[in-house]
Amino acid sequence: MSQAEWAGPGRIPGARRQSPLWAFGLLRSELVTTLRRWRTLALLAVLAAVPILVGIAVKMETGDGSGSGGRGGDGGPAFIAQITNNGLFLVFTALAVTLPFFLPMAVGVIAGDAIAGEANSGTLRYLLVAPAGRTRLLLVKYATTMAFCLIATLVVAVSALAMGALLFPLGGLTTISGTRISLADGLGRALLIALVVAASLIGLAALGLFVSTLTNSGIAAMATTVGLVITVQILDQIPQLHALQPYVFPHYWLSFADLMRDPVYWDDLVRNLGLQALYAAVFGSAAWARFTTKDVTA
Amino acid sequence: MAPYESDGSTPAGEAEDVRDGRRTAARYVVPVAVVGVAAATIGLVPAFAGSGDPDLPKISAQQLIEKIAKSDVQQMSGTMKISTDLGLPNLGGLESSLASGALSQGGGDKGGSAADPSSKLLELASGTHTLRIAADGQDKQKISLIEKAAEYSVIRSGDQVWAYDSASNQAYHATGAGDDKGAKAAPEDMPTTPKDFAAEALKAADKTTSVTVDGTAQVAGRDAYKLLIKPRQSGTTVGAISIAVDAKTGLPLKFTLTPASGGAAVVDAGFTQVSFTRPAASTFDFTPPKGTKVTQGDDLKDGSKARTHGAEKPAWGDGKAPHGPEKTAPGTEPRTIGEGWNSIVVLDTGSKGGMPSDTSSKDGAVAGFLGSLGDHVKGKFGSGTVFSTRLVNALMTDDGKVYAGAVTKDALVKAADAGK
Repeated sequence: MSQAEWAGPGRIPGARRQSPLWAFGLLRSELVTTLRRWRTLALLAVLAAVPILVGIAVKMETGDGSGSGGRGGDGGPAFIAQITNNGLFLVFTALAVTLPFFLPMAVGVIAGDAIAGEANSGTLRYLLVAPAGRTRLLLVKYATTMAFCLIATLVVAVSALAMGALLFPLGGLTTISGTRISLADGLGRALLIALVVAASLIGLAALGLFVSTLTNSGIAAMATTVGLVITVQILDQIPQLHALQPYVFPHYWLSFADLMRDPVYWDDLVRNLGLQALYAAVFGSAAWARFTTKDVTA
Repeated sequence: MAPYESDGSTPAGEAEDVRDGRRTAARYVVPVAVVGVAAATIGLVPAFAGSGDPDLPKISAQQLIEKIAKSDVQQMSGTMKISTDLGLPNLGGLESSLASGALSQGGGDKGGSAADPSSKLLELASGTHTLRIAADGQDKQKISLIEKAAEYSVIRSGDQVWAYDSASNQAYHATGAGDDKGAKAAPEDMPTTPKDFAAEALKAADKTTSVTVDGTAQVAGRDAYKLLIKPRQSGTTVGAISIAVDAKTGLPLKFTLTPASGGAAVVDAGFTQVSFTRPAASTFDFTPPKGTKVTQGDDLKDGSKARTHGAEKPAWGDGKAPHGPEKTAPGTEPRTIGEGWNSIVVLDTGSKGGMPSDTSSKDGAVAGFLGSLGDHVKGKFGSGTVFSTRLVNALMTDDGKVYAGAVTKDALVKAADAGK
């Protein structure tokens, strides 16, 4: 089915030739609109505050910098014991802290708002009048959401790195396998970890987008998406469901820590990315099926 | 007319609705198809991967064992998966508190460090774990236990032995070939490499055992022979032991122990990935990061001893925890009765009342809890409690004797009767 049919009366002959550029313009305007919203800025501010809080808490608890090694193995989030020795570990701790809830919540808000928010405020029909077609509009919305995933993760990482550099010493670091790597290598791994964390969210972004096409209420879509994140994470903790757990999207989220092993342990990382791609394909196409055929009345 | 396409008020509205419905259904086929393809891939790929048993020249059991004995793999690295299903109730955190309780008794204080190898061994006694192994010659070895967002490594480089627990940022250090039993014991007591497993199993091979070559298999992408070891005696809980041996190097790649009662393997340890190239030299270099709490091996000597003891029988070793070291002290050397697969270890703890409920409050609670896990049995010997797992059973009589072995409950009672 050609999407031209769905492009509405505004379609003019030859529009297809200019469309790639046009879609890029649409993407840029979408990104700017999304990022300029107070809501988005507030979310990013919350995300930036988390590593600051963690950093101050660790600094206060350890006082003069005497090691926090006394904490047992499973007290607190991953990597927290190493922060006092190397500020770079604050990046990993902050990502481990924000990944289960703060980041998905922010992504859920943006993704849930993507279509339903437009419908809610009555602007969706104007977007559809433009000669872009629904498929392309959906792709732009998804690209915007994914860009937000990356920006949100980078905000956490950069804020954590700044805080870590400010409060704690930086330098060569010890991987969790016990080998030493240089600071440059460590920064490279931190960037890689941020990218993997951002990629961990694309499955959720697709899910949120699909939910967003189901309703005309932005709030309902956001609440559903965030609720799903929480529900699924609870399911992931129930031992009786272990047969199901490898297929729920947050199951391998913490696998980003495997990048800090030496040599890197790829198995779970690959599984995580594969699972995210699968969720993106399933819910992305479901969103497409829904959005290209639904009645847009608002 | 995108926004208004099925406005219903148009004359052709009804026909369009039907068409739209079909179109919607047709488009939903896409996500459903993606799910279908993914499910098929997940379901079928392992089936295909496991289907091709390699075609290798025939070989006798004798030759295969020689191959293992001759195996001289100096440089290798790999990932292995160990699944242990002893049929223990899921103790959760209690398991580790029991372990630390047992260990700290030796020193009389909580001398344990999270990096102490002993505190990690009980973890291996249940569940599935991923280990990474690297070796470069006789002097350099490393074993890492992959944990969630953390790793526990034991690194040996010459006479230096380090254990590093990244979760708590603690290290354990021991020096000297004689002194390093704390850390080095880890691979020895609790066989963690397939090679150790095989050596242990083959030691038991005598007239009580049938050893055959049972076809071939693919393990970690390598062609392997399967050595099947089966007890000829009855009364043991061991069903069969299967060892996959790399056809080229003779290195055991996979070890599976199935119980006589059937069901899933009790122990299933095997490489999922293996390489025979020299691991990077930095793998074996360890300097504790700044701020790491380092425990010297000597501080923990008592602890290590206690652990060595417990690790031999991880299944029921915890049961002895409440007794304390002074009771298990001199004159209670464990004896072995029976032979081959039916050997039973007898331990006289000397404490009346088998399950002491009179010890200090915490220990008493633990003992009471353990008592509730066992079955009470009566026989000519008196009465006692049987703790059973899928592999090892232990009988603790009320007069303080412990009979344990990879044998059935009846065999334990018989042994206790005979010992009376």
